[in-house]
Amino acid sequence: MTRPVTRPVARPAIRPVTAPLSRRLTGALIPVYCALAFVFLLAPSVYTVLYSFNDGGRRNLVWQGFTLDNWRNPCGAPQVCESFANSLQVGLLSTLFATTLGTLIAIALVRYRFRGRALANVLIFLPMSTPEVVLGAALLSQFLTLQLQLGFWTVVLAHVMFNISFVVVAVKARVQSMDPRLEEAAADLYASPWQAFWKVTFPLLVPGIVAAAALAFSLSFDDFIITNFNSGSFTTFPKFVYVSAARGIPAQANVIGTAMFVAALVVVIGAQVVAALRRRALRMVVGGIVAPKTGA
Amino acid sequence: MTTAAEDVAARRAGAAGVGLMLPGTLYLVAFFVIPVFALLATSLYVPVPGGDVGQFMPALQWQNYATALAEFWPQLLRSFWFALLATAGALAVGYPIAYLVAVRCRGRPLLQGMLLVLVVAPFFTSFVLRTIAWKQILADDGYVVQALHWLHVLPPDGRLTATSFAVVVSLTHNFVPFMALPIYASLERLDPRLVEAGGDLYAGPWTTFRTVTLPLSMPGVVSGTLLTFIPAAGDYVSASLLGNSTNTAMIGQVIDTRFFRLLDYPTAASLSVVLMVAIAVLVGLYVRRTGTEDLL
Repeated sequence: MTRPVTRPVARPAIRPVTAPLSRRLTGALIPVYCALAFVFLLAPSVYTVLYSFNDGGRRNLVWQGFTLDNWRNPCGAPQVCESFANSLQVGLLSTLFATTLGTLIAIALVRYRFRGRALANVLIFLPMSTPEVVLGAALLSQFLTLQLQLGFWTVVLAHVMFNISFVVVAVKARVQSMDPRLEEAAADLYASPWQAFWKVTFPLLVPGIVAAAALAFSLSFDDFIITNFNSGSFTTFPKFVYVSAARGIPAQANVIGTAMFVAALVVVIGAQVVAALRRRALRMVVGGIVAPKTGA
Repeated sequence: MTTAAEDVAARRAGAAGVGLMLPGTLYLVAFFVIPVFALLATSLYVPVPGGDVGQFMPALQWQNYATALAEFWPQLLRSFWFALLATAGALAVGYPIAYLVAVRCRGRPLLQGMLLVLVVAPFFTSFVLRTIAWKQILADDGYVVQALHWLHVLPPDGRLTATSFAVVVSLTHNFVPFMALPIYASLERLDPRLVEAGGDLYAGPWTTFRTVTLPLSMPGVVSGTLLTFIPAAGDYVSASLLGNSTNTAMIGQVIDTRFFRLLDYPTAASLSVVLMVAIAVLVGLYVRRTGTEDLL
């Protein structure tokens, strides 16, 4: 990789007036290439959905025929629903803790100047730039040294740890984009710092905090490597799928995976549509205000 | 340059900032910093004389590193090689997608939002389930292998599962969103007038891309490659589900096996430390080379 260089490039040749065929071809090339890229990206998800309808019984590796049995009986295979419930619990608890701790750090890092701030930034960055296997091994060494019993709580502790940094990064972006004068205005209007925070700062931060919590939950719910190191005999959904991969995964695991996939898709697409409707409403309002002025 | 934010920050007492930082920071010290030292300590342990398998005592046995490296350097090198291939693959898939969404679809927020949903959609399927879906897609009697046989790309007895190719495909797939999103963010911020200026100065589309767009998207490329390379180097789910036991093993598998099957904690810990240090060094060199230290 070279250092970015921006220098105007002189080209003596005269540019043709109409867009040449080659340029129109390259213009079509990117959408076509991207369509293929999306096929590559989505193929495994499509397979996961398809195989939730497979009549494959316990070894769901080869297509055997269409059935709805797995969907009628999603808890039909041992441990599928137990591990799913475990993952939900770990996800919710670790999201709650990590979002709280991370949001406080994000506010402090953007809005306050204090000694050790640079060091704190490094401390936040390091867990994100350490491979999961190292994080897992390090925590396991600690738990072994302390002779802690591995299980639900060690998994929650581990998930909070790796999620804090992601929450900080996500919320920090939101705090940075906030106008500090709003808080000043609150202070000028005799709000105590506590009131200013809850009445002004916090409501403005909510979208960022919600996004961070969603990220934390999905990272926790999907984590396998760190969980595998710190769970002992406690089983989360990804761990269950991994462990049963050798023997063959019950199609019920695909049912759960598909349900999660569809639920997440609905939430995210819904958010996009709501945002689009809001933009349109805003345009209409702004248009209504601006139009008479330009007319006059 | 003093911004309004810094003015406010300067006026506020640092003590409150420290107070906000404290809980999260202490958590990271307890469950990240100290565990890393526990890992370092464990890497130097020696077996208890006459003790059982898995019984070790504190020591300063630096020899552990030499022994571990002498035995497992191929897996370590392979991890970096696979991670590099996956990073290149994710860049090849992710950059055009980011370009399509950010540049070609500029000014159409709903379309951009929907395409971004497609980019992150793979995350909505559990990572382990996706890896298993690759096993189904690349299976010996699957469509992909049959098509490749028909095209004589693959010899009649050639297969894709249990090969390095399958491992790298799965790794690549897993990290495309990590690559595409930061690149999208930098391309989105790019001022379209700069690209127009390139055209006005008689630069062809390719020259404009190479001298204007690409350099300005480098911060995104650097974050994307880091977000791909670091976790890919430590990953072992792809390698253990899609590879074979002889020539696709990655270092994460070795660490996992040493910890859990063989209870050889010092070797596992020393390999983790080596992985962590090697990645830190590589990332440091890369970031310095690309001149993007401010990203950290």
